[in-house]
Amino acid sequence: MTDWIDACAADDIDEEDVIRFDHDGRTFAVYRSMENDYFCTDGFCTHEQVHLADGLVMDHVIECPKHNGQFDYRTGAAKRSPVCENLGTYRVKVEGGRVFIEL
Amino acid sequence: MTQRDYSLLGPDAKRAVKAGLAAADWYHTDIPRKDMKALMKREDRTAIRDTVILFGAMAVFAAIGIWLWPSWWSAPFWLAYGVLYGSAMDSRWHECGHGTAFRTGKYNDWVYQIASFCMVRNPVTWRWSHARHHTDTIIVGRDPEIVAMRPPALFRIVLNFFGIVDGLTGWQRMLVNASGRLDPEEATYVPESEQPRVIRIARIWTAIYAATIALALAMQSILPLMLIGLPRLYGAWHHVLTGVLQHAGLAENVIDHRLNSRTVYMNRISRFIYWNMNFHVEHHMFPMVPYHRLPQLHERIKHDLPAPNRSIWQAYREVLPILRRQLGYHDDFLTRALPRTAQPYRVDLHQSALGEAETTSDGTPKAPAVPAH
Repeated sequence: MTDWIDACAADDIDEEDVIRFDHDGRTFAVYRSMENDYFCTDGFCTHEQVHLADGLVMDHVIECPKHNGQFDYRTGAAKRSPVCENLGTYRVKVEGGRVFIEL
Repeated sequence: MTQRDYSLLGPDAKRAVKAGLAAADWYHTDIPRKDMKALMKREDRTAIRDTVILFGAMAVFAAIGIWLWPSWWSAPFWLAYGVLYGSAMDSRWHECGHGTAFRTGKYNDWVYQIASFCMVRNPVTWRWSHARHHTDTIIVGRDPEIVAMRPPALFRIVLNFFGIVDGLTGWQRMLVNASGRLDPEEATYVPESEQPRVIRIARIWTAIYAATIALALAMQSILPLMLIGLPRLYGAWHHVLTGVLQHAGLAENVIDHRLNSRTVYMNRISRFIYWNMNFHVEHHMFPMVPYHRLPQLHERIKHDLPAPNRSIWQAYREVLPILRRQLGYHDDFLTRALPRTAQPYRVDLHQSALGEAETTSDGTPKAPAVPAH
């Protein structure tokens, strides 16, 4: 059973940026692309317990702030070592100016 | 007096994990997200300029060195070539390994591969080694890149000014890897999935060195080795001179880079060779900031950091006495005072790590009591 969870206002995230969203003991990273599309992944890097919301968003890639590992935040695919394991991703929809994540 | 075991497989490694020092949550100076994004922003222009200058200068110095060979008049040009090969490549290896020097990923990868070859550091192994260094900076038993251990191996450091220990270790590891094996310590931080790449690259390098040696034999001259291989030895001095200052004499087993890393103001030539890694507290605290923005980052957060050393010379005047004291008393280290504008050190996090360190009223830990010196 999945639910659409209200994560934030669409305007809470700058273009080409990321914010942290915590829910029910879990943590996520919510992204807004240059094209104004929204995406959501697990919050922590798969290499170590470092939150990606402090990282750099650039060209559909999130770079981990600790070791510069990179993921494609649209698919969760690991792009650059030291990350080898893909990130979990979650469906996102925007309604009424709010960003909802399917969990 | 505490005996330390810097091996990644020894008792201190287990102790660090048990004490929560492995992959811990480190102190960061607060910077608003907007400012941090501006500091992290990538560009190609500066690194392309610096790389053209670097490789252009190497080509010119090598050409003149070959032209004047075997006259002693060629020596200054080999020394200049050697510093760019055996020292500037250390910082290029470092920055491009982080992937921050260029905006374009493949530029970082190209320079990283060349620099890794020059420094005889397997680009796969050392990417993982350096990731561990950033996760567990100067945590005994966890950090594979501690240069000045306790007691400090001063003779080893002196030898490394000529690349002797690190260069020979690099070539030895290259041959081990080329034979299809990894060093047991390497295997602790290189994932199995990456190990075939370690071996493949080591085999390519071995072939390059074999061809260079064969050419030298055919020419009955060391000239080919003056270009490839030997500069790792005769040009290493600058990267050791600057690199020793990064952490030597400072605290171990703490989780605040202000306690275990050092920022040193340096001249423009050293900063070009070193690619601004003299801003080392800043680099460790925010490794995603490119080298060319570290001076800006320094200005932004210096209110929260210990005062930087004013020069290489002044830094060594601070470091050498403490290293000498550590020969006799391993628990001695420097604790650097914070300005009044800084957030105090978290004594609750560091008291056990700093041994019996006393603290001042503002939370600044003092070095533990040491024998008279």
